[in-house]
Amino acid sequence: MNMAEETAVKKLVKLTVDGKPIEVPIGTRLIEAARMTQEDVPYYCYHPGLSIAGNCRMCQVEIEGIPKLQIACHMEAKDGMVVHTKNEKVLKTRQHMLEFLLVNHPVDCPVCDQAGECWLQDYYMKHGLHDSRVNEDKVSKPKAVPIGPNVMLDNERCILCSRCVRFTDEISKTRELGISNRGDHSEVQVFPGKQLNNPYSGNVVDICPVGALTDRDFRFKIRVWYLKSGDSVCGGCSRGCNIQVHTNLDRPQHGTGRVKRLKPRYNAEVNQWWMCDAGRYDYKYHDENRVLAARKTGAQAFEETVLKEIAAKLKASKKTAVILSPQMTNEELYLARKLFRDELKLQHLYLASPKKDGFSDDILIKADKNPNRKGAENLGFTETPEKFESLFGLSAKGEVDGWIIFGQDLLSLYPKAREVFSKLNWSLFIGSNENETSKLAGFVLPSATSVEKDGTWTNFDGRTQAFRKVLEPAGEAKSEIRFLTQLGALVSSGWSAQTAEAVYQDLAAKEKSFPVRSYADLSGTASAIRVQAAPTVPSLQQYDNIL
Amino acid sequence: MTEKLISKYFVEGKTFSLAEYEQDGGYQAIRKALDMKREDIIETVKKANLRGLGGAGFPTGMKWSFIPQNTGKPVYLVINGDEGEPGTFKDKYILRHAPHLFLEGVMIASVANNVHKAYVYIRGEYVKPIQILKKAIGDATAKGYLGDKIFGKDYKLEIVVHRGAGAYICGEETGLLESLEGKKGQPRLKPPFPAVVGLFGCPTVINNVETVSYLSFILNRGPEWFAGLGSEKNGGMRLISLSGHVRNPGVYELPLGFSLRKLIYEVGGGIPGDKKLKAVVPGGLSAAILSPEEIDVGLDFDQLRNLKTMAGSGGVIVFDETTDLVKALTVTMRFYAHESCGQCSPCREGTGWIYRILKRILEGKGRLEDLNNMADICAYMGGTTICALADGAAMPLRSYPQKFRSEFENYIKNSEANSRVLQST
Repeated sequence: MNMAEETAVKKLVKLTVDGKPIEVPIGTRLIEAARMTQEDVPYYCYHPGLSIAGNCRMCQVEIEGIPKLQIACHMEAKDGMVVHTKNEKVLKTRQHMLEFLLVNHPVDCPVCDQAGECWLQDYYMKHGLHDSRVNEDKVSKPKAVPIGPNVMLDNERCILCSRCVRFTDEISKTRELGISNRGDHSEVQVFPGKQLNNPYSGNVVDICPVGALTDRDFRFKIRVWYLKSGDSVCGGCSRGCNIQVHTNLDRPQHGTGRVKRLKPRYNAEVNQWWMCDAGRYDYKYHDENRVLAARKTGAQAFEETVLKEIAAKLKASKKTAVILSPQMTNEELYLARKLFRDELKLQHLYLASPKKDGFSDDILIKADKNPNRKGAENLGFTETPEKFESLFGLSAKGEVDGWIIFGQDLLSLYPKAREVFSKLNWSLFIGSNENETSKLAGFVLPSATSVEKDGTWTNFDGRTQAFRKVLEPAGEAKSEIRFLTQLGALVSSGWSAQTAEAVYQDLAAKEKSFPVRSYADLSGTASAIRVQAAPTVPSLQQYDNIL
Repeated sequence: MTEKLISKYFVEGKTFSLAEYEQDGGYQAIRKALDMKREDIIETVKKANLRGLGGAGFPTGMKWSFIPQNTGKPVYLVINGDEGEPGTFKDKYILRHAPHLFLEGVMIASVANNVHKAYVYIRGEYVKPIQILKKAIGDATAKGYLGDKIFGKDYKLEIVVHRGAGAYICGEETGLLESLEGKKGQPRLKPPFPAVVGLFGCPTVINNVETVSYLSFILNRGPEWFAGLGSEKNGGMRLISLSGHVRNPGVYELPLGFSLRKLIYEVGGGIPGDKKLKAVVPGGLSAAILSPEEIDVGLDFDQLRNLKTMAGSGGVIVFDETTDLVKALTVTMRFYAHESCGQCSPCREGTGWIYRILKRILEGKGRLEDLNNMADICAYMGGTTICALADGAAMPLRSYPQKFRSEFENYIKNSEANSRVLQST
């Protein structure tokens, strides 16, 4: 045993939880230690990303040798501890704690947006199941108070766990929230003259275990149990926060948009439990203003027709410019490089950002609003504005006579582009959303948004993260990979349809800055927030037993 | 009766000035303490069996010996003068009449714990005592008894008076620390205990006003003498605040272990109108109530604990036969519901819930199951929270209906709700 191993061993403590001996690192909270034995100790106020408040009292467990029950979120595992998390004393206490939390709760689940993902509901089914003994009037408090642009507060539903207060104190560090008054008149409030309008305000909705804080954007859109969830990565900036995309496909009566909301997904290295509001609320473009079919000179056309005509033009002349963007995936950039630079030997490949640098902080938000600049750089595409703007001069002189534009609204971004656009022989726009450029482009191909395709982005940190298709592409949209491989087959030999993952394997084999790993691996160790910071929802079987 | 120690200064309308206190032999013990080794002072206090007189009764010397002196951080002394326990008013007397006796105690406790800055947290309503104490600190500082070199010795000591804002919970030691730090008065999670991580994150000794006021006597006259005054393991004297239905309510200094019966009928002069005794609260409102059969008990920490109640803050409240104990308990629970800080769910929700049940019983709408429900709620309210407020509420809540169940039943049996039920069946 070497010294490093020796100290690693020393840093473990041995204890017994419900008869099972376990070893945990020194300093582990009992609540986490219990989780390792598959015993879920229930809690409301505890959150692994926040300081310990110890106020909900749900997680009390019995430690042999200590007369009173102790809260598992605060007590650290010690050598030789014998812990009981489900003996009669503990279960009885747990039931009573839940009863206390419900004394003044309005139980307005039928009109509460949290219903279905409410910890009071979950725990009541698992640990409560008592008949109400409350014959008294409940304390009435303000309901439906808009406390910020994104968050609605219902004080009656609040169980005063103080997670939201701790979040604004410790994570966003904006300190808008506090608990005023005492006893059962305590209320979460925004400090006078303030609003909960920090760049991370939506997170308080995620961490609120009950229906006290709801999302003004999502409220009353759809019952959560109709939602389906898929894992993805946020493309709002170069951080690449891991997210869940919650969608509704089955119930069109709940509005037209398929994407209903985005939620953060835990990833220790990237975003922990959080995401910013800018990323959270930027999802409507998946459903609105989409390019739904291929077009030629403004009229709907067959995709094959467009592809064939483009292939013919590419073969006929080398005077085509290709405008790529750091919004594209590594696979798309790689195939574009292979097709346009390596096969067709085009001279004019450019990387241009559709999004300019914006707000940044030292929490999550990066100034670079493009998700894949690092990946583009690793593939040899760097952005030089002077070089890119020289394109307009070349086009005016006729040295370039065709443009292939990936996604971005070049005409709105560059007035000069608009000037020379009419002088081009032809132009192709491959993108997911309509804009000035798509309207004026001669050819248009409908592409998928990030939730409609597979791919990888490499974040500012050099971390390549895979995201998977959550939804089928809207209309006749296809992934850019599909278009690029089809074009390749039309202009050259040796091109066939490929999955994004296969493209990635090809890419990773050639480019050493990309790890040779499967997509499953590149989705990281990320797991859903509900697993990391939330209770286990009782299984259906448990409900059956109850019924 | 035994000689008076602190209470000899309790002369109506008089505050003993620095000169008068010195004339009476004051400020000698601190001089002695400054020449002693720290450990010897702690040992002396241990031998004297001095117990914390704020309510918990923790041995003072032992508390001091827990303070780590090697953390590199300063050690603070915080004096709890919040005196919020209903039925307790002794600290007010000390501060009003004998501020220098108290200050000398603060100095001794400081020297014993290597403290150079002591905070005195006094409840906000004690306007006059605060003024008196501030003047006394000014006088002592002018005389060189406080400041950079106290009593000419190379020892710096500063005393800061902090005025509370009237919350009961700020008498709980960690709630007090939070309040003193300028935050909302809410008790802290323990561990760490204040002895290790206290005020501003530093090791902190927290003592009651009365506890430190006995220190000069112990140093002047020896620990054996002090220990001999009280009962076993309960050294010395303490101030009992006697109130309620007695002829002579007031503050009395009695040896620990003094008979409760004698307190009511001899010291207190008995019950006005020679009415019968119904019940006694022996140690502040949070103590379990005693029935007349239980008053042959010595008022010390251990004997009262055996009766499942507590000596607490020494506030004795006497109820005669005319007292409506259902009303008394309702008022008591209103107090706890109002003073619960609102942090822990059992206390926040439980105290208010119980109060509303009791109010309903008083209004004649009680149900028989209410009594069992209250007992059950109370069983899970106590012992499940961060601080002892819920335990304090649970003690009376458990004991009143337990010992005087018929009174509660009478209210319920005569209630409208019940009569309606009876009619319909």
